[in-house]
Amino acid sequence: MNLSYLLDPAHWDPSVSGSFPQLLLSHLWYVFLALLIGTVIALPIGLYIGHTGKGSFIAINAGNAGRSLPTLGLLMLMVTLLGLGLLPVLIALTVLVVPPILTSTYAGMRTLDRRVVDAAKGMGMRPWQVLTRVELPMALPVLMGGFRSAALQVVATATVAAAVGLGGLGRLLIDGLAVNDYSRVLAGAIVVAVLAVVLDLFLALVQRWVVSPGVSGRF
Amino acid sequence: MITFEDVVKIYPGGGTAVDHLSMELPTGKMTVLVGPSGCGKTTSLRMINRMVEPTSGRVLIDGQDVSGQDEALLRRGIGYVIQHAGLFPHRTVLDNVATVPMLLGRTRRQARAASLELLERVGLPAEFAKRYPAQLSGGQQQRVGVARALAADPPVMLMDEPFSAVDPVVRSQLHAEFLRLQQDLGKTIAMVTHDIDEAIKLGDYVAILRQGGVLAQFGTPQELLDHPADDFVASFVGRDRGLRSLSFDAAASVPVSPPGDDLVTDEAGRPVAWRTPSGERPIGGTFTKDDSLRVITDLAIMSPVGIAVRVGADGVCDGIVRHHDLVDYLIARRS
Amino acid sequence: MIQYLQNNSDTVLAALRQHLYLALVPVLLGFVIALPVGYLGVRFPWLYHPLVNTCGVLYSIPSLALFVFLPVVLGTKILSPLNIVVALTIYTVALLARTVADGLRSVDKLVNEAATAMGYRRLRRLVDVELPVALPVILAGLRVATVANISLVSVGALIGIGGLGQLFTRGFQLFYVEPIVVGIVLSVLLAGVADLVIVLVQRAVTPWARA
Repeated sequence: MNLSYLLDPAHWDPSVSGSFPQLLLSHLWYVFLALLIGTVIALPIGLYIGHTGKGSFIAINAGNAGRSLPTLGLLMLMVTLLGLGLLPVLIALTVLVVPPILTSTYAGMRTLDRRVVDAAKGMGMRPWQVLTRVELPMALPVLMGGFRSAALQVVATATVAAAVGLGGLGRLLIDGLAVNDYSRVLAGAIVVAVLAVVLDLFLALVQRWVVSPGVSGRF
Repeated sequence: MITFEDVVKIYPGGGTAVDHLSMELPTGKMTVLVGPSGCGKTTSLRMINRMVEPTSGRVLIDGQDVSGQDEALLRRGIGYVIQHAGLFPHRTVLDNVATVPMLLGRTRRQARAASLELLERVGLPAEFAKRYPAQLSGGQQQRVGVARALAADPPVMLMDEPFSAVDPVVRSQLHAEFLRLQQDLGKTIAMVTHDIDEAIKLGDYVAILRQGGVLAQFGTPQELLDHPADDFVASFVGRDRGLRSLSFDAAASVPVSPPGDDLVTDEAGRPVAWRTPSGERPIGGTFTKDDSLRVITDLAIMSPVGIAVRVGADGVCDGIVRHHDLVDYLIARRS
Repeated sequence: MIQYLQNNSDTVLAALRQHLYLALVPVLLGFVIALPVGYLGVRFPWLYHPLVNTCGVLYSIPSLALFVFLPVVLGTKILSPLNIVVALTIYTVALLARTVADGLRSVDKLVNEAATAMGYRRLRRLVDVELPVALPVILAGLRVATVANISLVSVGALIGIGGLGQLFTRGFQLFYVEPIVVGIVLSVLLAGVADLVIVLVQRAVTPWARA
């Protein structure tokens, strides 16, 4: 196992372009952007469908449809249609983020105990208060599950997106493969895997922090 | 007072849930809506706080038509208890109870302090305040549900099968506590149950509804037991209604005779045994003036000599009721 | 589009065949491995959380990273299809082992006790009672794994073996939309058909779960 590229201190210097810290930062930036845009689109739709029950067909099937889209094909289609650049890649990433968040938001809203929602209304909460104070906190574990799988999906796809010119950690893999520098490829694989695992762990902690112990059962 | 004025509810799809219902639930009293499933009792209850809107007719609280009022504000002024309590799983017991006061704009501190008192009132120690609903038993959850409904001190309370999800022992315990609470608070309560025994035990008034949402009879439990309006009510209240009706008559009205010398007492005059030709037999039990006619009847049946013994507060016998006297009294009572 | 398909039917068919092979062999392997692994997580309750966490970590590794990392571990050539097969098998196991464990755990305790009381031994009970009852949950996991695998295969095109993914790279290099669209449509169709097949199988083998 050739770890020379990974262990070379020069590749860890944040001031050098193409170093791990720089690639990591840009990678995280794409992930953040895609998750932000995707959440802004998917969350309200999921909450609306879950709250009203209208359009549940869309919400149920979005997850499966999203999963079946080949990410590489989507990326390459966008770039072929719109040209190189951040925008087409971001569109593709967002298209992948929306289904899991939409489906899990809906699922979280549908699986919660409707009697509790009935009690909330009966006590005089307005629809908005029922949504934000009762339904959303109760749906949060399922919703966070969808958000976490969306996050992992974007980390992986942003790596693949190096093949269509995006920066980030995928560059190590794509460029390394192009010049048969397997030490670099291996370094990229390790760093991106660690990033994914750590990010998921971080989101698990966030989940533990935002989900009420009464819902998660961790008293 | 809660007034139903010719209320009809027809669900889209054709089913008539409530059919020209008119009744008055008196202020400060507990009225129990009871009937088989599909009799529209829950629908009727939910029309009071506008969880369901009537197809026609009006529901009024103290003369005010509820349909003219803001839904959320109306509901904040009406306590609401449902089966399984419907507690918010993500909030602690204390914050559950504090919900309506907070909705009404009270500060968190005020709301919590008041809620803590209420928890005590429904029989939950203060250490429960920080727990989550999932950490409570069914009976404890139901107590929290009652405390939550009482939190803003609403004059009116709606209770939809509040005690049906707990086991019989806990249920009768909750019944007793709830009756005591209601004696102090004097709320105007509408409660729904499918259990006629619960209705008769708890209700000051009982409204019996039949399939299709028709009011079969409205009255006090004793009226229903003694004078059922029709066969439906008679069969619904059950077979031994004659015996159960006795629960509502006080023992004080039954004339007693002085005890004879076959009653063995201790030095203080407390009854111990009966002297019979075949030797002494244990006394069994005694009753006081506060007991019901049903208790006397039971004692007379169970006694080896057919006599129920009355005692005063000091436990000293102050009279007896012989079974043939009791039968004469019961016959006279019917006419 | 039709024109493209007519002119390149051989290439497309070969890509489709390879795609099917690369996606479905791991599903079968993964299913066979996941059953005992998931069962262990139920048989020995202390194993459940380590199992779930390990599966979570494995599943979170980005596909491209795993594709290029495996040759180092397995000693295979980077262009070997075995890398893809092994990687997708790992994902399938990671997903299904947990589903199997959760499915078995979801079996009503009373049902298990009733079976034991009737004289079932552990293994026989597993096969006759627990697995059938857990089957809807397990098959739901299998659907997810199958659909995910079919869409993941194409990433392999970046290291030279990717079934329909090769249509993507070709289209991208030539700045030519047709092969990309054909590849996406076929990949999605394939996923849909595979999903449908599992649903039909599920209906056939779990008649009690039909609503």
